[in-house]
Amino acid sequence: MSLPPLVARGLRKRYGDTHALDGFDLEIESGAVHALLGPNGAGKSTAVNTFATLTRCDEGEVRVAGRDVRKEPAAVRSSVGLVGQHAALDEILFGRENLVMFGRLYGLSKSAASERADELLGTFGLLDAADRKVSTYSGGMRRRLDIAAGLIRRPALLFLDEPTTGLDPRARNEVWQTVRQIVDAGTTVLLTTQYLDEADQLADRITVMDAGRVVAEGSPQQLKRRLGGDRVLVTAPAHADLDRLAAALGGTADAELRQVTVEAGQDGGAAALTAVVRALDAAGLEVDDILLRRPTLDEVFLHLTARDAAPTGPAPTGPAPTGPAPTGPAPTDTASTEGALR
Amino acid sequence: MNAVAATLRQSWVITLRDLKHWQREPWTPVFGIAFSVMLVLVFGYLLGGAIALPGGGDYLAYLMPGIFALSMMFGIEATMSAIANDSKKGVTDRFRSLPISGAAVPLGRAGADLVNSAAELAVLMVGGLLIGWSASGSVAATVLGVVLLLWLRFAMLVLGVFLGLTFRGEGGVTAVQVLVWPLGFLSNVLVAPESMPGWLAVLAQWNPISATAAACRELFGNPTGITGGVLADHALLLAALWPAVLTLVFLPLTARAYRRLSR
Repeated sequence: MSLPPLVARGLRKRYGDTHALDGFDLEIESGAVHALLGPNGAGKSTAVNTFATLTRCDEGEVRVAGRDVRKEPAAVRSSVGLVGQHAALDEILFGRENLVMFGRLYGLSKSAASERADELLGTFGLLDAADRKVSTYSGGMRRRLDIAAGLIRRPALLFLDEPTTGLDPRARNEVWQTVRQIVDAGTTVLLTTQYLDEADQLADRITVMDAGRVVAEGSPQQLKRRLGGDRVLVTAPAHADLDRLAAALGGTADAELRQVTVEAGQDGGAAALTAVVRALDAAGLEVDDILLRRPTLDEVFLHLTARDAAPTGPAPTGPAPTGPAPTGPAPTDTASTEGALR
Repeated sequence: MNAVAATLRQSWVITLRDLKHWQREPWTPVFGIAFSVMLVLVFGYLLGGAIALPGGGDYLAYLMPGIFALSMMFGIEATMSAIANDSKKGVTDRFRSLPISGAAVPLGRAGADLVNSAAELAVLMVGGLLIGWSASGSVAATVLGVVLLLWLRFAMLVLGVFLGLTFRGEGGVTAVQVLVWPLGFLSNVLVAPESMPGWLAVLAQWNPISATAAACRELFGNPTGITGGVLADHALLLAALWPAVLTLVFLPLTARAYRRLSR
């Protein structure tokens, strides 16, 4: 069947005065990882809860594998797995008992449920901890068990709501490994995240959302390209040198940052950097600093959502974006910038 | 498998899970039971000597059925905090995302809590017998008394699930833990309403747990302390009706709260 795993059209959901979803559309492709990227309060969880039949939208339509979540919630529930924001496990039960319990609730017989539990515990490297209380598990183990519980019935579509929020870097890596495993096994994954590098690492496609709306959509590469290519940033020792520097390098000067930006051409950042160094040498100019910058999703994100505070992701690797990106209020230019984006 | 059988099967899985909690962390139910035993000791021996029944009669015999009813009512706290805990931790949302009946989770909880309460009643009754309480009614009457007590517990369960789903914060559970005291004591379980000011006596008589306590005193052949009023004539009927009314009112509200949990 070629029905898309999930199509959502025109979702609206209001809580009092807040529009959690404000005309939200989404379509995801089979067999891929689709990331919903947005800051806290962007409406990611509301969207996922709506897809998983937990929340009812005020307006709009959601179809999971062609089934309407409103009209056939039971059918939808048996074809999706939901791994919510908090590790929804029974802390007092053992890891294995959790999986067996959820398996039994999915309608598996006792033996089938424990067979499946063992299989999943093995897949996620939890066999050694299988007969310990979940309350003794580390954050990463909990999360893996949580994801395993979402996979008991081999759902065609798995929702992961902020799977690595609150995890340390090592546990986060474990979860990423797990997600890749899941996708390799043929499950379509929709994950929400406020970590840009997470979307970059895992997703085939990213939907950036803010204030309940889609702000941009595309592959990580497409989104990054939206801010242009690599740049070399050269910092002048003093303001007086700035214009001479800009002229010698053929770049644009930024007086405030005492910096010249040189756009890399087709040959890429390394070639541009070499050219800059040669030009500096030839002109006999001194500089404070030279930096090769690749656009990060952080910049894309800040640019698109025009928010002052970055989400709690890793900090951008350099100063604020200076290149061709206008930093004004941006969410309105979604359609105009580049053909690759919606 | 038809829908009812499936729901019962799912409920049973939840019941087993809740029972396993107690097996693994037995202090919760043990303290619950110890608490009721303590109430017996406090009122039977510490304060009871100063309490005289209007119609005469042995205070301990009067007290025991009251404590039975009171412990059924106090069970509301355990139900509420278990439910609130589950929904806070997101376990309830996972249950809700499964293709199972919406009734399975509350029913499963009900199964486990009824087992717990039956055990508590057994301990209280054996303890009561040891210190001189006796049930002198027929076997059938005694069984009926126990059924009415568990029936009250069931209504408190429904109410507890509703409160747990609705007031999830720590404050909600604490509020109920405080409120059960005046609401439980404003009844005939510890003293005869006849000893209270008139308006308070009326309130106490119309307290659902008063009906259950009065009915049990009749059924167990214990002194009722009643000299008149609605409970004198209709204790059994009221003990059957009160929990039914509470269940009818709160079951739909509970179902609604469950469906709307993450709105």
